[in-house]
Amino acid sequence: MKKLRKRKLGDWVFDIIIYVILIALVIVTLYPMWYVIVLSFSNSTDITKYTGIVLWPERFTLGAYQMVFEHPTLMASFKNTILVLLGSLPLSIILTVLCGYFMASKGMLWKKAVVGLIMFTMFFSGGLIPGFLNIKSLGLYNTLWALIIPGCISVYNSIICKTAIETIPESLSESAYIDGANDIQVIFKIILPLIKPTLAVLTLYYGVARWNDWFQASIYIKDTNLLPIQNIIRAVLLENDIALNSAGVGDNFNTYAETLKYAAIVISTVPILCIYPFLQKYFTKGVMIGAVKG
Amino acid sequence: MSNLVSFGKRAGQDFKKNKYKYLIVLPVLAYFLIFHYKPMYGIVIAFQRFRASVGISGSPWIGLENFRRFFNDIYFWRVLRNTFTVSALTIVFSFPMPILLALIINEVQVKWFKKTVQTISYMPHFISMVVVCSIINSFCQTNGILNEMIVFFGGERTNLLSEKEMFYPIYVISDIWQTIGWDSIIYLAALSGIDQEQYEAARVDGAGRLRQIISITLPGLLPTISMLLILRLGSILSVGYEKILLLYQPLTYEVADVISTYVYRKGLVDADFSFSTAVGLFNSVINIVFLLVANKVSKKMGQSGLF
Repeated sequence: MKKLRKRKLGDWVFDIIIYVILIALVIVTLYPMWYVIVLSFSNSTDITKYTGIVLWPERFTLGAYQMVFEHPTLMASFKNTILVLLGSLPLSIILTVLCGYFMASKGMLWKKAVVGLIMFTMFFSGGLIPGFLNIKSLGLYNTLWALIIPGCISVYNSIICKTAIETIPESLSESAYIDGANDIQVIFKIILPLIKPTLAVLTLYYGVARWNDWFQASIYIKDTNLLPIQNIIRAVLLENDIALNSAGVGDNFNTYAETLKYAAIVISTVPILCIYPFLQKYFTKGVMIGAVKG
Repeated sequence: MSNLVSFGKRAGQDFKKNKYKYLIVLPVLAYFLIFHYKPMYGIVIAFQRFRASVGISGSPWIGLENFRRFFNDIYFWRVLRNTFTVSALTIVFSFPMPILLALIINEVQVKWFKKTVQTISYMPHFISMVVVCSIINSFCQTNGILNEMIVFFGGERTNLLSEKEMFYPIYVISDIWQTIGWDSIIYLAALSGIDQEQYEAARVDGAGRLRQIISITLPGLLPTISMLLILRLGSILSVGYEKILLLYQPLTYEVADVISTYVYRKGLVDADFSFSTAVGLFNSVINIVFLLVANKVSKKMGQSGLF
């Protein structure tokens, strides 16, 4: 009896420690984002008064958000990011499915060679300058195509797709072949409907990668009006590019010059943060495949 | 000769039978050839004194001169040391964190709490590097939150990102923040594969929960941990440029400049194309050798390797 009670007390302490650690983790994870949100709902004079941990805006205002929507450079950069997404997502998904289908198919004489050629690019690349010179020689430099085409297939994502296709019973596609269907019809009529969850996760992965990319644009794009949102945030927040700041319009620009930056961060980050929780249960598979099979 | 004929015949039959499959992979193959293999051919400029105006065919060949220049470069040891240091620090401090988190999350019995913690812990993975670094930058300013704490404990206000000795702590702590949740997914998946009956048996034998973690859960995770660790060790000399490019300043180059950022500055800022390519190639070759070794070791130890 005594032993039982003792163990229960131990369990209690154990549980408390676990919950305290996890709640601390949640706070530490969320606070930086919360801080940005609070600043985005403040005005520039108030944030100079914020010291230490800020929990709530001094005077709640939507002024900074209004500024974002009136700021020509920011709006142009949002438009560029969306254009890149619209162009690259369909391309990525189509090519990834094709690549995954080929990898999952059996019996081709050249399969090993082709798959080997594709996989090799995971481990070795031409590097920064040869890649840059290639984009220049293809005439893609300083166009949005340089942000759409390079990187539109990830081998890693193709392997995720291949594994999803492999879970479909072969008898399904075989009976389709007997009915006279070719591989393209099999992909559209049988494979695609059955791997919808995987397609959703792949869309998320590709979308997030494009939406968050700044490096590709920083080397392939020269004109400011073609830069995506991340590069503008970088210019404004990390390099204090004044020219970009004063490009804003409106009489009360100075009131929100500082907080405008944070509003831009919120607008560029929140959409993704609202989407990923819905696909959470599918993450496990992809991560496992990635770590085990490269 | 007959071999060749029969091969030709086989190839013909194969092509007839699988023509749609080859048709399907054609655009994919074209992409890889144009955007991956063509730049690989471009590596030859590492052995040239390349001038963009005359191209690869017109530029003079200089053998290993660029590599010699790099090995004698005053920054050679600096970038090598920094690359190794940044990588080693993340292995020592960041790598174990997701394991700990997975162990802790695994102990939570309340389902909604478990799921909420997981969802929130994945969040940093989806925040862009630019935004993460902007927040770091904002926290490290002289009037930022970190300085408030330093002042509270009697320290002096400084811009932390300009301080050489602060670079590694900032890099590593933010790295933990970014990766702890997402990287725990794989361990949680491995944990779900552990036979639950073992826990029953341990409870009957009177083992406490800590005891169960040490004797059942941790050994169950060991194969995953050792495989990931070996692969991580294999990429010890590959440190990405994104975060460092966004966080370092000339004041911190001494500790923060790694091979990849050096390649970036030499190539795109100084436009020393051939030299930059040579440094990049040196790094790629080392990485691939290390990875092959790591893969071998992983297989020797009975784990599944990469290939």
